[in-house]
Amino acid sequence: MTAKQVQEVLGARVLVGSEYLDQEVKTACGSDLMSDVLAFSKDHSVLLTGLCNPQVIRTAEMLDIVCIIFVRGKKADETILEMARDRGLIVMETGHRMFSSCGMLYAAGLTGGEI
Amino acid sequence: MGNAIVLKYHVSTEDFTRAGEASSDVKGKLKQMGVSPAAVRKVAIAMYEGEINMVIHARGGEITVEITPEQIKMVLADVGPGIPDIDKAMQAGWSTAPDEVRNLGFGAGMGLPNMKKYTDHMEIETELGVGTTITMLVNL
Repeated sequence: MTAKQVQEVLGARVLVGSEYLDQEVKTACGSDLMSDVLAFSKDHSVLLTGLCNPQVIRTAEMLDIVCIIFVRGKKADETILEMARDRGLIVMETGHRMFSSCGMLYAAGLTGGEI
Repeated sequence: MGNAIVLKYHVSTEDFTRAGEASSDVKGKLKQMGVSPAAVRKVAIAMYEGEINMVIHARGGEITVEITPEQIKMVLADVGPGIPDIDKAMQAGWSTAPDEVRNLGFGAGMGLPNMKKYTDHMEIETELGVGTTITMLVNL
């Protein structure tokens, strides 16, 4: 699916990267632990997280993650958003909790990929 | 090896938000050089985990990256406390990181295992109270 479809499924607000919403995303990963994300995440994926610090952006950068979604209403500050802009990432926020957000995307056809 | 490109970085612990800058720079340079995306990804992940470890455990250090047509060699050297038990440190999930590091999204005990997973060769030299040097190779 596209990042735009991800946004629609979650009713998410796009904070950064609205010009990239037609990008395809193949898998998703939900975690607050960046080391787990680094261990298991795939190319062209979506990262759902409740962690809100600059290392989320750096982790996404290392993995070529396309789109970051801050769940349960977490607010990214301007430093984080500026880093995301510099790296051409999409950043969204949703009020849904992690479990619900992952479930909604899974039900819509986005999976975690093979381990 | 005469045409090796060598990059050197100082890793500071003064600001955790800057942890990862060296890895980010290396990733950008490797992409510019036309290194395959798969190799760039392996180097970026392994070096980033190592850089974070230096910030968390070792009060920073020095990273040297040597790029040849055959391989990318990363040497991460610190003068931190050393690793008391390498076998334990290599176990996924084993960590000595304090709670404040976990709150930042790290310290899950995946750092060294991830570094080994994403490189073709990894060596750890460590001495308690002296420091740790980790050498990692990614073949091209």
